[in-house]
Amino acid sequence: MTDARSYYGRPVVKEPTWTWEIPVYFFTGGMGGASSVLGLSAKLFGNEKLSRTALYIGAASDAVSAPLLISDLGRPERFHHMLRVFKVTSPMNIGAWILTVAGGASNTAAALELLGILKPVKLLAELVASVFGPPLATYTGVLLADTAIPVWHEARHELPWLFGASGAAAAGAAASLFLDPDEAGPARRLAVGAGAAELTLMQVMEQRLGETGEVYKREEAGKAGRAAKALTAAGVAVLATRGKGSRGAQALGGALVCAGSMCMRWSVYKAGFQSARDPKYVVKPQRERARREGTKASTMPGESRGAADRGT
Amino acid sequence: MTSIMEPSGVPAGYEAWGDDQHARVGFFTDTSVCIGCKACEVACKEWNLIPADGQDFLAQSYDNTGELNSETWRHVAFIEQEKPLRADDGAVGLRWLMESDVCKHCTHAACLDVCPTGSLFRTEFGTVVVQEDICNGCGYCVPACPFGVIDKRDMKSTANMGHQPDLPSFLGKKEDGRVWKCTLCYDRLKGGHEPACAKACPTKSIQFGPLDELRERADQRLEKLQDEGWNGAQLYLRDPDDGIGGAGAFFLLLDDPEVYGLPPDPVVTTAFLGQMWTNMAAAAAALAVGVVGGFVFGGRK
Repeated sequence: MTDARSYYGRPVVKEPTWTWEIPVYFFTGGMGGASSVLGLSAKLFGNEKLSRTALYIGAASDAVSAPLLISDLGRPERFHHMLRVFKVTSPMNIGAWILTVAGGASNTAAALELLGILKPVKLLAELVASVFGPPLATYTGVLLADTAIPVWHEARHELPWLFGASGAAAAGAAASLFLDPDEAGPARRLAVGAGAAELTLMQVMEQRLGETGEVYKREEAGKAGRAAKALTAAGVAVLATRGKGSRGAQALGGALVCAGSMCMRWSVYKAGFQSARDPKYVVKPQRERARREGTKASTMPGESRGAADRGT
Repeated sequence: MTSIMEPSGVPAGYEAWGDDQHARVGFFTDTSVCIGCKACEVACKEWNLIPADGQDFLAQSYDNTGELNSETWRHVAFIEQEKPLRADDGAVGLRWLMESDVCKHCTHAACLDVCPTGSLFRTEFGTVVVQEDICNGCGYCVPACPFGVIDKRDMKSTANMGHQPDLPSFLGKKEDGRVWKCTLCYDRLKGGHEPACAKACPTKSIQFGPLDELRERADQRLEKLQDEGWNGAQLYLRDPDDGIGGAGAFFLLLDDPEVYGLPPDPVVTTAFLGQMWTNMAAAAAALAVGVVGGFVFGGRK
């Protein structure tokens, strides 16, 4: 088909107004949410050292997440307006509630652990953080998909899985940074498994997006995406082959997987801007669908009586 | 919620007004009589005290505002094309299309759905309005709008005549930082007046009124243009069965929507939100299973 028509090549949809805090939060929120689950699981399976490490990582990640989000707001002093309603049609509103509960719980648990008091309350807080952790790591995929940006909206099947996998990989990798190899087995295995899943899901997403996904080959989304794949693959390889034997190798692998996760978020974030900037990504698929299936957006002469019958 | 999952043609939140609910009103913008005078742009800026955002020369026909954004709530598009005005006219000449664009006040409005603070709301007139004393500038509505209408105001709040912020700047932010768009002159409607742009329009290209009346009028106008043999005439967003449940502000165009910078077949993103939440729940469960799996297979250390 011919190239899409446009109005002087101007974008149809607006680029997001979000700044660097948002993709960094995707990373910290993902790592924090998954770390809470890792921490409680380690406790239940009797690995106290890993449990404590993951608990602190989760609490710290959640704790920096809120200021990042507030700093991105146009009117930061009104951040609490997020919590004046509970609104399931707004992933950002649901996300604010999830972060409030998960972050509040993980930081309560970490504080009580540090002070060594109120064990039952601490356990309850860890449980709450673990229940809200996985939603915290995955809702951000819905947040992006629930927009008119083609490269985000059309990836709605993959984004929550990709972000979940990336969060889990980062959680395992971060714990690997601080532990001896003989304590960090489950964290390492999580980083390797989830890191491999992250790589696969990136590939699947780009494939399924087709022409819409070509922004992932270009400009900053392309650069960050290639870096993400290289870093994650290298980190997974190091952790899988050398991680068990050497503390240094394990730390290196962990750092690489974390960096890969951050680069992936940056790539997806930037892809949205590139996708919004070129009107063809909006116009072409819509026009093709209209040709294929017809469209009610335009009422042609002769159709208007039918439209009138359908009422208001 | 129901109206989003199962489009009903009724704008979400509209019926909650009960006895205070008015007939749903909107705009029918008939581009076939637009003369590109931009009186609507000016009247809008004056009435709504929208700050000036520079005087640019864009070299895009007579268009020097370019797009709808936080400082432009009516935007006149100018398209020069070599196409016969009449469908039966073999001769190709230059035709000049003009269209005054505006917020569509969608029946299923993505901006309103995704707004996390409840700042965006459905008025008793069925329109979509931002409450500027609630908006915290999260910006979610900006990429959610399928038409690229709503936008964040970046300029210094001191330039923001008539809309002074209620608190001093925080975290070093000095810009207004909130989102702005057409209110369909909510204040004028409350006083029983028509919106400023419709009032100023000298050719009745912008028609204001109850939506069902406007739709009838538009259907008649389209049939008339058809009988006169106009090339490319079509109504845009008039049908309540389209992807946004029909617009409160719809158009008569003389070419396909994308020629005017409008999406040819927009669908509100929240129509898919139910399946997105389900999908997310599955991904979250898989994450938890995956973490525990690392302990079950391979031991606790």
